[in-house]
Amino acid sequence: MLDVNTIRKDFPMLDGKLMSGHPLVYLDNSATTFKPNAVINAINDFYHNYTSNIHRGEYELSQKADTAYDSVRKIVGGFINCDEKEVVFTAGATNGLNIVAYSYGLANLKAGDEILITLAEHASNVLPWFDVAKKTGAVIRYIDLDEEGRLTPAALEKAMTEKVRIVAFAAVTNVLGYIADVKELCRIAHEYGAVTVVDAAQSAAHIHTDVKDWDCDFMAFSSHKMCGPSGVGVLYGKKALLDAMEPFTYGGGSNARFEKDGTVILKETPEKFESGTPDMEGVIGLGAALRYISEVGMENISAHEKALRDYFMNKIADYDNVEVYNPNGDTGIIAFNVKNIFAQDAASYIGSQGIAVRSGNHCAKLLHNVIGVTETIRASFYFYNTFEDADRLAEAIKTCTIENCIGIFF
Amino acid sequence: MSELLKDPMVLREILLDHYEYPHNHKLTDNPAFKEAHMSSESCIDDIRVQAKITDGIIEDVRFDGRACTISTASTSMMTDLVKGKTIAEAKEIMNNYFAMIDGREFDENMLEEAVALQGVSKQANRIKCATIGWHGLEKLIAESEEENDGK
Repeated sequence: MLDVNTIRKDFPMLDGKLMSGHPLVYLDNSATTFKPNAVINAINDFYHNYTSNIHRGEYELSQKADTAYDSVRKIVGGFINCDEKEVVFTAGATNGLNIVAYSYGLANLKAGDEILITLAEHASNVLPWFDVAKKTGAVIRYIDLDEEGRLTPAALEKAMTEKVRIVAFAAVTNVLGYIADVKELCRIAHEYGAVTVVDAAQSAAHIHTDVKDWDCDFMAFSSHKMCGPSGVGVLYGKKALLDAMEPFTYGGGSNARFEKDGTVILKETPEKFESGTPDMEGVIGLGAALRYISEVGMENISAHEKALRDYFMNKIADYDNVEVYNPNGDTGIIAFNVKNIFAQDAASYIGSQGIAVRSGNHCAKLLHNVIGVTETIRASFYFYNTFEDADRLAEAIKTCTIENCIGIFF
Repeated sequence: MSELLKDPMVLREILLDHYEYPHNHKLTDNPAFKEAHMSSESCIDDIRVQAKITDGIIEDVRFDGRACTISTASTSMMTDLVKGKTIAEAKEIMNNYFAMIDGREFDENMLEEAVALQGVSKQANRIKCATIGWHGLEKLIAESEEENDGK
């Protein structure tokens, strides 16, 4: 059991702030998360005490920055169970997935090859593949989702052919919040020699990540969705794959030397992928976030989110004005609509009650093919949310009438 | 301006009415109408505005699409306000409307029932909703003017 009240004291954003005149209830954690003091202090410490550029200075400050930055690779390696040499720092999950698409996909796909994705993917795991398919002549195909919108190993098995070269999917989907059986999906893809790309943006902060156990080829996540700063993330790739890839961007820091005749000697993996001065404070902040989350404990986090979800679903069970699209969801994400009210109107009213939720298609613009509606409201719980937060959301839904939605403008 | 248009209860009813029973809410295949498809300002609203503009007069204007209360009501009100007006008159109404939504000074008398949307100026995230249909009209007027310049 988590001591949520003690945990909340670690987060300045949870110190009793008001929104629209009400105590803030933050339920937009799938969009981004609040940062604990441990993260804020780690970033401040870099700014206050040892600002310098890494890997270039023969002086003590720079060496301190080097140590702080490089140590995060080891922390990430421990967090996702891989060698630190397999950890590429990126600008976020989107950037990581684009590196895979352009550095790996563009070089290895040819006309007629197949890329398998699902209709539940976020834009960042769809659009790079669309573009790479267009450029290489590869074909995009969709793995069927079951009636709830889940990706199952059986469906992947059915979709696999000898032509499939890439299977890309989210470990946890960003609207319905279903946990995929990543290990089994990777096993099936590998039977056909396909490469697996796991979008872990919505999973890394909520369920245990073990890339060795999953046996995935690539995996990407963002720091800001797991209590770290925005603008930084991680791409994991199996060492042999990363070694064989050309970088997606070139510049300083990633090369050992180059000559006027065009000869370039790149550094080793992962440095060869990290051109330019990186987001040093971001990486250092990510390290602090991973340490913090590990202390809270991933099992505790998953269990608390599930408890909040079950409590909330039970609470609204007899409401007849709400439709939930993932009643059997596995994580703290609830996708719903208030009946007969446009999602944005309802979300604005809920917001006017001090509760932050999101409305729209959440960048999963193909999902309407599965759930039958283009816009939903997404409430997403995290480990620092309370049962009172769930009560507040339920109460706002109960009073969400069209008159009240319009009333916020007067 | 009518005293009634200062009563928040009345304004709320007007807004609700334009949402539930939007005016000029039916598209046409008539080729005399030009169409603006407004779907790229946000990933939510997706509406089409059509207008028949002849000799600088907006003879008819219509709309339909997927939209929230504010998009629907604001576009419905827009059609009422500019139908039968000259382009110059419509532009003046439009400028006053945009001023109201931006929280600047405006002439209430020009906007009639559309003053019900004044409160949107305090909700930055809904300004796109309140202006999407109006931007559609703006586009259609600009196209009409370009065509006439070419003549």
